[in-house]
Amino acid sequence: MIYFDNAATSCPKPKEVIKAIIDFTENIGASPGRSGHRLSIEAGRILYQCRESLAELFNTSDPLRIIFTLNGTEAINLVLRGLLHAGNHVLTSGMEHNAVMRPLRELEKCGVQVQVIPCSADGTLSPEDIEKAIKENTALIVLNHASNVTGTLLPIRSVGEIARKRNILFLVDAAQTAGSCPLNMEKDHIDLLAFTGHKALFGPTGTGGLVIGERVDIHRINPLKTGGTGSHSESENHPDFLPDLYESGTPNIIGIAGLNSGVRYILKKGIMQIHQQEMSLTEKLISGLTEIPGVTLYGKAGIENRVAVVSFTVQNQSPSDIGLILDEEYDLMCRVGLHCSPAAHKTIGTFPIGTVRFSLSIFNTDKDIQKAIIAVRKITKGKS
Amino acid sequence: MTESGPNSVVIFYSTSGAIKTERLAKKQGLIVKLIPVPRHLSSDCGICLSFNSGDIHRIERILRENKIEFDAIYDLKNS
Repeated sequence: MIYFDNAATSCPKPKEVIKAIIDFTENIGASPGRSGHRLSIEAGRILYQCRESLAELFNTSDPLRIIFTLNGTEAINLVLRGLLHAGNHVLTSGMEHNAVMRPLRELEKCGVQVQVIPCSADGTLSPEDIEKAIKENTALIVLNHASNVTGTLLPIRSVGEIARKRNILFLVDAAQTAGSCPLNMEKDHIDLLAFTGHKALFGPTGTGGLVIGERVDIHRINPLKTGGTGSHSESENHPDFLPDLYESGTPNIIGIAGLNSGVRYILKKGIMQIHQQEMSLTEKLISGLTEIPGVTLYGKAGIENRVAVVSFTVQNQSPSDIGLILDEEYDLMCRVGLHCSPAAHKTIGTFPIGTVRFSLSIFNTDKDIQKAIIAVRKITKGKS
Repeated sequence: MTESGPNSVVIFYSTSGAIKTERLAKKQGLIVKLIPVPRHLSSDCGICLSFNSGDIHRIERILRENKIEFDAIYDLKNS
């Protein structure tokens, strides 16, 4: 079996992750931050260790400024809905996922001014175009780090510099890069980093979070939810300190135990090593697909400024047909269609049909790539 | 508590703050322990960090340097 759907969720997970989930369930199993007994304290330590691991990976100093959420989408919603008000102007790109676009379109109905900066057909964005669009009431710039359709990286460091210079908050959607690309809160000038735990960070589904930079005044961002936090139990008013302000209700501690193990796996292996390994596979995939007549690839032609996500179409064949043949006849799992990113498909010219998307992880092999190229070649020739 | 054991406590606003301080204190080799907050000190249901009274300056320094918000420090002998 070949699994090429890592941009949706990574599979397989490192065995350490599965072990951590089982260990927690068998040996701890308690709720963190809720009771004073030793199992609850141990659960609290694992929660904290996961914050520490993530703080190390993203280079942020205070682990308590990392908030756990259900997924990347919830982290993005927390910022957009908690921060933006009628009359605010927000800038984003033409390559965004619906995790960003849908909350923005909802907010637009409430009087938030949303401006989408177009990208070129390979998914690249000019930082100057962002700078030129800044207005007096611009409250936020929100960009994905890499497109889930083309794998193209957006110039977050340059945009981050602009945002800092103009004193505007900068939110990065790192769903496709956290765990597979270096990310540095300080050097990339990121104020708010939304990440998902179940993709390249190798955690289970139901994990994700938000890293809140030092520059962010938390009183500007209202929580999405309020409720029990295990702190200030005597009060019926919600606490105003981190991380409790944004973390109500029992957290997904079993999932977070697995996520911690996934992040430790990445830190041990090294993020550059992971990135290079994925790029080596991506280069072989791109070069093999490029040689097939009738195949059109989208995004950047090379491996510069990209992640291991490759989108293509085949002349006269629909992506959904190709996806079905790959699954049933070649045992290859991928994702076809619009990938929850209509804006990105409009930018690259594949709307509304979509593309076939292969997304890799370090658990893929050269052999997987060779088999996939042979499969696409056969399908293209009509010899499935 | 005995003379040699932990005999002071820091009470925090959140469990996360208590665990963070425990981690930093242990890294410095201090003897600390997370325990339920003694009922006579707070009505909250959380945990606090107990430490040797002699280490108070080092504990205070950890709290200050890492900007950890806390409610109060109590010497259990006097409370």
